[in-house]
Amino acid sequence: MSIIQIIFLLLSVMAVGSALMMITSKNPVNSVLWLIVVFFAISGHYILLNAQFLAIVNIIVYAGAIMVLFLFVVMLMNLNAETEPVKNRRLQLIGITSGGALMLIIVSAISKIDVEQLVQINAGDSGLIKVLGMNLFKNYVLPFEISSVLFLSAMIGAVVIGKKEEIENKK
Amino acid sequence: MLLAIDFALLLEKLILVVVVVFASLGIAMYTTFAERKVAAILQDRRGPNRAGPFGLLQPLADGMKLFFKEEIIPDFSSKFLFVMGPALAMLTACMTSAVIPWGDKIDFFGRMVDLQIADVNIGILYVFGVVSLGVYGIMIGAWASNNKFSLMGGLRAASQIISYELAMGISLIALLMITGTLSLKEMVVQQQQGYWNVVLQPLGFLIFLICSFAECNRTPFDLPEAENELIGGYHTEYSSMKLGFYLFSEYINMFISSVIMATLFFGGYDIPFFDESVLAPNLAAILGIVALMTKVIAFIFLFMWVRWTIPRFRYDQLMHLGWRILIPMALFNMLATGGVILYFNK
Repeated sequence: MSIIQIIFLLLSVMAVGSALMMITSKNPVNSVLWLIVVFFAISGHYILLNAQFLAIVNIIVYAGAIMVLFLFVVMLMNLNAETEPVKNRRLQLIGITSGGALMLIIVSAISKIDVEQLVQINAGDSGLIKVLGMNLFKNYVLPFEISSVLFLSAMIGAVVIGKKEEIENKK
Repeated sequence: MLLAIDFALLLEKLILVVVVVFASLGIAMYTTFAERKVAAILQDRRGPNRAGPFGLLQPLADGMKLFFKEEIIPDFSSKFLFVMGPALAMLTACMTSAVIPWGDKIDFFGRMVDLQIADVNIGILYVFGVVSLGVYGIMIGAWASNNKFSLMGGLRAASQIISYELAMGISLIALLMITGTLSLKEMVVQQQQGYWNVVLQPLGFLIFLICSFAECNRTPFDLPEAENELIGGYHTEYSSMKLGFYLFSEYINMFISSVIMATLFFGGYDIPFFDESVLAPNLAAILGIVALMTKVIAFIFLFMWVRWTIPRFRYDQLMHLGWRILIPMALFNMLATGGVILYFNK
């Protein structure tokens, strides 16, 4: 086994293991912390694929910002194992069925892929910042700009919802 | 293929890592001493002068005291997380130094040794990533304390760090547009040949400076541990060396952000008004380290000077400054920089 395979296996075990821990742990704060570990493992995979920019942005945006907000909300709402509502059996069964169906689809789709063509370990430069920038601002400039407008509208929407009571009170 | 590691390189980097980590720990240790001395001078006192000559052994005495204190662990929500908090704070504080160029190459018995642990091409983003993780140490510790005041301190820390990270990132974008690179080493080389970035980006530097005060939780931004409102903030429940880790990581953060500011805006290991290339490489490298450390000490003094001069902000003032003043200013700076670059490239 080459060293890359060993690292890949370690990272994969880490990712899948902590994802399972995230789902199964009763305490929401622990779930959030396990999810952060998942993001780190995924960033490790990105580095193996020579996409350093993607790896570090994944850490900055997901692990550094979004998960802090998650943790924030969970801590403020003071959720814990005792107050966590227990879902009833039927809902649990439906959840397992739909999740299993999704997994079946993903597994069948992945098994058709020619791995040799898909994975280029530590080669290719599509994840490097220069190539990524060129792609985003030359080939895909329109979708990129439209998605940024979408973000802007989402931001304004969030502000409006947050300020709703204040505006109504003023009337 | 990758198993054929250059063992000399591995050894070289390992030694460099050990030296850098221990150097930053040592400097942080004496920063605590310097802080007390500076405070004493500013308040017309003598400061610590009992342990050793001029009180120079004071940091060791403080460390000993923390080690021998009783370790009190409260009726907590999670013992593992309670220990994790200070450990994470310390880890993230020490991790940043990996991408900082401490000096030029040194000729070590015919082997050119680069005085930088990793010259990755996303250097500044790595720093930013580690900084954004720094908040976890505080938040986890605060939550695991199972104490209202700790939790409030942790939440304040998190919202403060997230708010000021935005302005910091935007002020960095303007800098990156000028330098055109993310590698810290490359930036220093550019500044050696041209102007220091502070000349080209004065507003950007000001925003970055204010934000790094906030990111280090230093006065006037030390609301997470505001003792008259929150007892001790996020470390209320901590005692012994765990408390020591929290306090110590603040000093390491202060040192590292001084190094980052010196590297980004003040030429790093560049000696001003002097062409290093006329010197022998080893002498130039050593003088470069001295130059960098001089700048760093100046910044650390600024941190202390501000701490003992300006009182703490109120919480709404903090948020107002971050969101309504710094972010618009940083956005304006970014647009103006872009406009100027576009105009001169024509």
